Amino acid sequence: MDTLNLLLDGFAGALTLENLLYAAIGVLLGTFVGVLPGIGPAMALALLLPVTYGLDATQALIMFAGIYYGGMYGGSTTSILLNTPGESASVMTAIEGNKMAKKGRAAQALATAAIGSFIAGTIGTLLVAFFTPTIATWAVEIGAPTYFAIMLLAMVLVSSVLGASRLRGFIALAIGLTIGLVGLDASTAQARLTGGSLELADGIDIVVVAVGVFAIGEALWTAAHLRRRPIDVIPVGRPFMGRDDWRRSWAPWLRGTALGFPFGALPAGGAETPTFLSYITERKLAARRGGSNEFGEGAIEGVAGPEAANNASAAGMFVPLLALGLPVTATASILLAAMQKYGIVPGPTLMTDQPDLIWTLLASLLIGNTLLLVINLPLAPVWAKLLRVPRPQLYAGILFFACLGAYSVGQSSFDLLLLLVFGCLGFAIRRFGIPVLPLILGVILGPLMEVKMREALDLSGGAVSGLFNEPLAIFVYVLVVLAVVVPPLIARYRPPALLEHHDQHHDEEVS
Amino acid sequence: MTSDEPRIDRAQFGLAVVLALVGLYTIVDARGLNVGFGDPIGPRVFPYVIGTFMVVLAVLLAVATARGDVPQAEEGEDIDLTTPPDWLTVGKLVGILVLNLLLVNVLGWAITGALLFAGCAWALGSRTLLRDLLVGAVMAVASWYFFYSGLGVPLSPGILDGIL
Repeated sequence: MDTLNLLLDGFAGALTLENLLYAAIGVLLGTFVGVLPGIGPAMALALLLPVTYGLDATQALIMFAGIYYGGMYGGSTTSILLNTPGESASVMTAIEGNKMAKKGRAAQALATAAIGSFIAGTIGTLLVAFFTPTIATWAVEIGAPTYFAIMLLAMVLVSSVLGASRLRGFIALAIGLTIGLVGLDASTAQARLTGGSLELADGIDIVVVAVGVFAIGEALWTAAHLRRRPIDVIPVGRPFMGRDDWRRSWAPWLRGTALGFPFGALPAGGAETPTFLSYITERKLAARRGGSNEFGEGAIEGVAGPEAANNASAAGMFVPLLALGLPVTATASILLAAMQKYGIVPGPTLMTDQPDLIWTLLASLLIGNTLLLVINLPLAPVWAKLLRVPRPQLYAGILFFACLGAYSVGQSSFDLLLLLVFGCLGFAIRRFGIPVLPLILGVILGPLMEVKMREALDLSGGAVSGLFNEPLAIFVYVLVVLAVVVPPLIARYRPPALLEHHDQHHDEEVS
Repeated sequence: MTSDEPRIDRAQFGLAVVLALVGLYTIVDARGLNVGFGDPIGPRVFPYVIGTFMVVLAVLLAVATARGDVPQAEEGEDIDLTTPPDWLTVGKLVGILVLNLLLVNVLGWAITGALLFAGCAWALGSRTLLRDLLVGAVMAVASWYFFYSGLGVPLSPGILDGIL
């Protein structure tokens, strides 16, 4: 009951007319940017971060919440109406969603995606509200060695579990950690890796890294391989669902939520695995039911499940972020950086230090989620039109806003130079198949990790045993070892199924 | 993926060399740091670990490349990986971005922003230069005012100082 009261207080804080306005603007901007091809939720958030500079912390968080959910919904709209999904989390949605759209059921596909996202997001956020305080009270007890171990675990998991190549995952992590080193050392104020440059002494702003790697990198990479043939966007009317669609959607929504939330809360869970599992589950269940199995020809279950899983995992991500200060996705990393800008340090003490802020954030996530449904169902045809923006102007616009964002951070052309450097890095990692997420995580977690490491070793007078002197830390190290050893074993079983899907997907795309 | 003869991606050797150099530089740079008297760890250890990690990964990448490991380049909505990369367009875009960062403090965001948009659209194949310039100018001026009065962040006015 206590949690419920606190959440109600949060609503009281969030439900002013002004705040609702910010939430609505956030949802609209987030969807607008998320619909644009090539932009996922993390990039939408990074690009739109400057818009919140003039706001106070609460309003900014409310707007972030709107942008975040809007960006995710925009991504699924793109994958349903334009077969090729931009982010890994939407791959599964695109399989059945695009088939539905081709059969003239785009409206139903978008509706089940929106309503499923709403239900999963709402349940997920409520779960966050109930779990986070418990985990935070427990997390206050853990010391620097365990913290260090948990961060190491998150990094290893993200680098080794996701993506096609573990080597490339670790390379991305090492690049990120190196970027995180640049600047003055936190305790002795000596410059590291700055090459004597004063501009680099403050360190590199994660927004500049993220916008450079995501936006500039994406635009340059696309420019190098621009698809010259006209794009095929399926027109859509106002989303709606018939009675039969509702009957077929509700169970996949709930199953997707149940799969998505725990994976989202785990490091390296992300949305990729639960959306995949949800898709497989729904397909198997449909096959078992027999009768009119539409899978492969646009089954609504195949959109409802993965979309719910996607949003539930997005909500789950807030548990480690708020309770431990540990971001596990690129989006969470940018949220963490944004919170740091406002002097908010996520972590176990956040719940006790700034309870108002947290409950307002959770309440605004629920509000943002509701606004998403209210605003986006009627606006779907407008968003669909955005997919027709001519590509030269679209990518020129992305470059324009990326430069605007980086320039506005400090009104210095040096930031624009950094932006370009990270854009080239973003191009290179796309060329070499190196994943983005471990890189971003390395940039933000590296400095935090060093602080914890030095804290732990200071206590032990420099003896390495200082890193191992908590039982919980040893347990986490065991998990780290397992994370390195187990994936190759699993890889023997899982990739064939995944590859089979991708191949299928591609064949159809070509034909 | 299914081709029989081993294909070696030579560019990956280049990447491995760059990574190794970055790792070595990280280590060398850390050697110049002073460790305080009462500080058992100091600012050196972490860079040492990361630099070494990077060098090891670079070696592993070189070995994997020699064994025929090829990267899976990223796909996307507007990406067609069947054609060779179009370096001319990338070069034009980079050039425009460099021009923008050189000129932004002189000419001001309202002007360079417009040129940036129109220039990038032109580089990417748009042939409606006048319209792009107009759209770019509207976006640049609007964003300047939005940041100035809406967010209290004065972007560089440049030569339009006093006019805007």
